[in-house]
Amino acid sequence: MMASLNTLVLVCLGYVAFLFAVAFAAERAGKQGRAGWLLHSPLVYTLSLSIYCTAWTFYGAVGYAARSGLEYVTIYLGPSLVMIAWWWGLRRLVRIGRSHKVTSVADLISSRYGKSNSLAIVVTLMAVIGVTPYIALQLQSVTLSLSIFAGSDPGNPGFETSSAALWVAAGLALFTVLFGTRNLNVNERHHGVVIAVAVEAVVKLVALLAVGVFVVWGLAGGLAQTMARIDASAIGAWQIAGNRWASLTFLSAAAFLCLPRMFQVMVVENDDERHLQIASWAFPLYLLLMSLFVVPIAVVGLDLMPAGSNPDLFVLSLPLSQGQSGLAMFSFLGGFSSATSMVIVATLALSTMVSNHVVMPIFLAVRSGGASQSGDVRDVVLMSRRLTILGIIAMGYVYYRVSGGSGALAAIGLISFAGVAQFLPAMLGGIFWRGATRLGALAGLGTGFALWVYTMLLPSFGPETVLSNQIFERGLFGLGGLRPHALFGLEGLDPVVHAVFWSMTLNTIVFVAVSLATFPRPLERLQGAQFVNVFDHTPQARGWSATAAQSEDLMIMAQRILGSRDAQAVFAQEAARQGIAGHLPEPTPDFLRRLERELAGSVGAATAHAMIGQIAQGSAVSVQDLMAVADESAQMLEYSNQLEAKSKELSETAAQLRLANDKLTQISRQKDAFLSQISHELRTPMTSIRSFSEILRDTQGLDAADQKKYASIIHVEAIRLTRLLDDLLDLSVLENGQVILNLEEGTLGQVLDQAITTAKAGGGTALGITCEGGGQQTPVRTDLDRLGQVFLNLITNAQKYCAADQPALRIHVAQTDQGHIVDFIDNGSGVPAESRTMMFEKFSRIGAHSSDGAGLGLAICREIMTRLGGQIDYLDGTGGTGFRVTLPRA
Amino acid sequence: MDQATGKHVVLVEDELNIIEAIRFLLSRDGWRVDTHSNGADAAQIIRAARPDLVVLDVMLPGKSGFDVLAELRGDPELRHLPVLMLTARGQARDREMAEAAGVSRFMTKPFSNSEVLSAVRELVGA
Repeated sequence: MMASLNTLVLVCLGYVAFLFAVAFAAERAGKQGRAGWLLHSPLVYTLSLSIYCTAWTFYGAVGYAARSGLEYVTIYLGPSLVMIAWWWGLRRLVRIGRSHKVTSVADLISSRYGKSNSLAIVVTLMAVIGVTPYIALQLQSVTLSLSIFAGSDPGNPGFETSSAALWVAAGLALFTVLFGTRNLNVNERHHGVVIAVAVEAVVKLVALLAVGVFVVWGLAGGLAQTMARIDASAIGAWQIAGNRWASLTFLSAAAFLCLPRMFQVMVVENDDERHLQIASWAFPLYLLLMSLFVVPIAVVGLDLMPAGSNPDLFVLSLPLSQGQSGLAMFSFLGGFSSATSMVIVATLALSTMVSNHVVMPIFLAVRSGGASQSGDVRDVVLMSRRLTILGIIAMGYVYYRVSGGSGALAAIGLISFAGVAQFLPAMLGGIFWRGATRLGALAGLGTGFALWVYTMLLPSFGPETVLSNQIFERGLFGLGGLRPHALFGLEGLDPVVHAVFWSMTLNTIVFVAVSLATFPRPLERLQGAQFVNVFDHTPQARGWSATAAQSEDLMIMAQRILGSRDAQAVFAQEAARQGIAGHLPEPTPDFLRRLERELAGSVGAATAHAMIGQIAQGSAVSVQDLMAVADESAQMLEYSNQLEAKSKELSETAAQLRLANDKLTQISRQKDAFLSQISHELRTPMTSIRSFSEILRDTQGLDAADQKKYASIIHVEAIRLTRLLDDLLDLSVLENGQVILNLEEGTLGQVLDQAITTAKAGGGTALGITCEGGGQQTPVRTDLDRLGQVFLNLITNAQKYCAADQPALRIHVAQTDQGHIVDFIDNGSGVPAESRTMMFEKFSRIGAHSSDGAGLGLAICREIMTRLGGQIDYLDGTGGTGFRVTLPRA
Repeated sequence: MDQATGKHVVLVEDELNIIEAIRFLLSRDGWRVDTHSNGADAAQIIRAARPDLVVLDVMLPGKSGFDVLAELRGDPELRHLPVLMLTARGQARDREMAEAAGVSRFMTKPFSNSEVLSAVRELVGA
């Protein structure tokens, strides 16, 4: 039995009516709160994601496999990888979409970059242009599948593909308008559509599996034979071109995230983030089932069908050629489901974008007086959406006609994928990188899109259509670097890989570079922070302010957008929350923010922001003005921060200067005191010398004894003066570090003996000196003369100052871990505690005056010991005056 | 001999050789010379001795010459007692401090013997 074309059309209409019934029932159930388990189940969510599998995958995958072997797997691999491995990233995307009531991918990007409508328009236009080939693809596949039936139907010899395509397009448009724009839903959720899509997902899967089962067990004769056929054919050969595989996998992954229809079902229609968890394994499973029989169908089709048959249609033509018209019909419905579900959701998503970001802003700008005085905005929104749907499908039809149904299905699909993939850098950058700016996104999108148009879209029309052969061969304007398939001299690459490489790479580079070079506006920064930190639940910082009188205006506007029932519900809920049930709620910033989000669900973030702004701020202050003020104050804040930092820096510098000055003053005082001391120490002996020399000169009749006495005073004082100068010079050399040490080997005993001998030769009191301890013979390597100078000074100090009746000095030499220790302990009265640190300073003399010491001895000793690497300390608790000299071990 | 005969001077100084020199000079000039080497009780000694003149060193153990001078000037009976100050610290600041404290004459060491003699004579108005 042959299926007639008329039967087919009837079946289609019946199928569509069935879908309508399902959608209608689902919407009613949803409104009445019934069947929530089904409407809000993760299963429906997963099935709705299957609009990824369009007619292209339904028919085209087999054709793809027949032409290019296993490469078709990449189209399934990308989304599977995203779902399985990047589940956390999707969750972030969904969370952002839900918390900001994002209505589309354009809304997401616009909202992230400071609710910029220009960006939304750019993304919308890019999406429309990018998706148009895809819609053309659906038209083409439905038309082709119809033609297969027509070809086998003797009752319809005059089947014309172009008129058929027009009818298909018109039918799809009508279908979409009826389905998607019956009402304007808050949040842009379409339960009916989603359920219908889910039903279609089941139909296409079962249809493809049925064909597959028929082919494997009905035609090939079982699994084993099928495997044998696959092994025998060229398809089974595992041929992988690395860069093409990687590019296609990346492309399908990117498209899965960026395609407007995918964004619609994945983010906008998402009811519950947890559904993602289940979809993350269930959706890849669905894709696996979809791809299971692709290769067998392709292999058996190539074997059985006459040469020259279009492999894209094996799914249909194989059963048909075997007389299985029932199965063929089912298969046709599967393909039809794939095409219609894709077209419905895609055009819905696009029409939302167009009406929210293009039509509404223009409408609001044209209608003077703004949102509060225009009529029911909802009608405008609905009408603009319906027109947009018609327009987009019309464009798809035009593309189909212009491209002449050229090329394989898969090639057209890839063009579309690459077009929307350009959103990826701005989208991911927006949700993960706070530094991304509006200008960066604009520049990146523009760059990527321009490259895509030039290297992929225009060439897809074929040579001599848009681009002449000359451009292909010699480049734009004759510049060899601008050839569409060999940009910048990169030759030898597959055209798809080439286009993806250049457009994505330059897109990303430009996006990042411009973002780094530009400064985000305050609203951008705010939104950026909220998007990137979406899991921190940060409250919105920005607030509107409005007076109570404006509540009514807000109500009127909300009614026009949300519908009076929904608007009243929102206002009543808010009034109850504020504790004034039955009245209009106060327009608190909190409420205005919530209202803006509600409105954003219907007209998009940028438009909602502008509409609320018009009422809340009054027309005197525009959003731009506020932004300018905010920008300015941000700059002033930054400036004042800088000033603060500067002034802090200055005060720090001042403190340092003050400190330095204090130090200088102290040093100057020390210098004065030092000079004063020197003056005193020098003048005192000079006074005696001058006075006695004058006496000797001027006095007549001095007796010889007096003469001698006075002359010896002069002599002693002159020696004192000389010693003082020697000490001063010595100290100066030591202190300046100019001293040159004369290192020699020797023993402590040697040095001590010499010092004792010298001290005794100098005369003075009879001091009993004893040496003890076993360390005298210890060899040391040091400046022996300098060490001896220290010892001599300590011994003569004991000679001079030891106040005991029988002065005695005990010298004790010992070895310790710290080094060699030489203690000088006499039986005198000791040094009072308060003088112990002072006595090592210059010109400090302990107790009463002395005529033969300037108080430099211990200061010199300390300097010498420091130079020798050791130290000299006062030794407490000896019963007399004790000093300890420590010398490091060699 | 000279006009200073019989006058009484107290010399406050801690350098033995300088004491020796000044004692020699003034004795030869006819002065009766008492010496003291400590600043702490110098004012007390002077008050008890009631000399015609004081020769005062600045750097003294116990108490500085400036403090001793201030003590003397604080006593109404000794306010006009002539004081010759000798110092080895020859800075201008020391002279100013001495004049502020009410010194009669200020000389820096090393001094010329004849200048000291003429100064002490002038101070006692002889």
